[in-house]
Amino acid sequence: MTENGDATPLVRVENVNKNFGALHVLKDINLTVTRGEVVVVIGPSGGGKSTLCRAINRLETIDSGTIVFDGKPLPAEGKALARLRSDVGMVFQSFNLFAHKTILENVTLGPTKVRGIPREQADKRGMELLERVGIDSQAEKYPAQLSGGQQQRTAIARALAMDPKMILFDEPTSALDPEMVQEVLDVMIGLARDGMTMVVVTHEMGFARRAANRVVFMSEGQIVEENTPDEFFTSPRTDRAKDFLSKILTH
Amino acid sequence: MESLFDFSPLVQEFGTILTGFWSTIRLTLMSGLLALILGTILVAMRVSPTPVLRAAGTFYVNILRNTPLTLVLLLCALGLSDTLQLTLSSDSPTNYYWWAVLGLSAYTASFVCEALRAGMNTVPAGQAEAARAIGLTFLQSLRLVVLPQAFRSVIAPLGSILIALTKNTTIVIVAGYIEASAVMKQMFDDYGGTLPIFLGFAVGYMVLTLPTGFFFGWLAKRLAVSR
Repeated sequence: MTENGDATPLVRVENVNKNFGALHVLKDINLTVTRGEVVVVIGPSGGGKSTLCRAINRLETIDSGTIVFDGKPLPAEGKALARLRSDVGMVFQSFNLFAHKTILENVTLGPTKVRGIPREQADKRGMELLERVGIDSQAEKYPAQLSGGQQQRTAIARALAMDPKMILFDEPTSALDPEMVQEVLDVMIGLARDGMTMVVVTHEMGFARRAANRVVFMSEGQIVEENTPDEFFTSPRTDRAKDFLSKILTH
Repeated sequence: MESLFDFSPLVQEFGTILTGFWSTIRLTLMSGLLALILGTILVAMRVSPTPVLRAAGTFYVNILRNTPLTLVLLLCALGLSDTLQLTLSSDSPTNYYWWAVLGLSAYTASFVCEALRAGMNTVPAGQAEAARAIGLTFLQSLRLVVLPQAFRSVIAPLGSILIALTKNTTIVIVAGYIEASAVMKQMFDDYGGTLPIFLGFAVGYMVLTLPTGFFFGWLAKRLAVSR
């Protein structure tokens, strides 16, 4: 399924259900993500994409089913859950950079406090990561002083600083001004090329075409269709997918 | 009649008055510090994922916040210290000082806790989510991400609590420790209840509280977290 051969599953989602009150937001979801794979989750709003993404590092609890990460079921709480989360990067729609910390501190907080890496070493690596995402010159500023695109790239650097086994992206470009979308997507495409395992909830079809190994189409809490980007965009098999694509691709 | 306009007692007793206000300052600072620590622990309990801790925190705050401070201080000085002989120092004034400090801080901590809890509501949920997502534990995300931002958003209300605490120290008069208001009462007894003495002490409290208010207002602006 992936180019780099090692096809052991990193994430296995099995028969997962979740309700928000009367709303059945995840219906019997089954999904496997192999190492090095880039899975793009698309679909109409309210279809359960974000909930599925957030369930993988248990920011959202599930009502039934199992989620196995790296061979182990997700721990319910406590230190074990914190340890799991430190291995799963997360990039949010609204960036969620720590507002009272500088850009560099945002990137080094996890490594120093969770991994116990000495400050000097964490700073050095933090600067390298900021350079990689192109904002090393802003290291001493605070999040509110940066543009949305710069903040989101910082958030990606913050996730990378933990050396995660995978990164979850929950609509990473949806809150950005249009001219800033590409700079964030470029960073993500770079990560995908480097072999990072990624689950990306997005409306960016261009990104899905360029970087995804697989597209998962979700609607009304179900995975309706799973396919390679080429197949999915050129010949969707289900009516719901056809309908969705016709709405977003016509203009 | 001229005693109503006689400021001379204030001059004659100036040393005693200063000693009284120094006691007020000592009570305020020590109680404020302890209330801040206890209030922070209480708010951590009130938002913790453990139901028992949450219930204990809620119980404490609701009891202390709704009990008159006079009763709290009487319980400390008369109940715990005099009746139950729980002395904190063999030196009597020191003993009453510490009991007064404990009473004041136990009471004020409930207000600090609630101010902080209000402050935590100004911190977007995404901040705690991001903290958890990088693998910080509950206490770490509270200590490193949520509380620092909560504190900064409630600096002005914390200033108001400190001002209230400064003035609440006057109630310590029931707990057997001599501070400024006790000196004032003694002077009323000695010289008669005159306007100059009253004015002198009112000004004395304002000298303490007005700068506190200005300082906290300035600090709130300076440390505000921009989003």
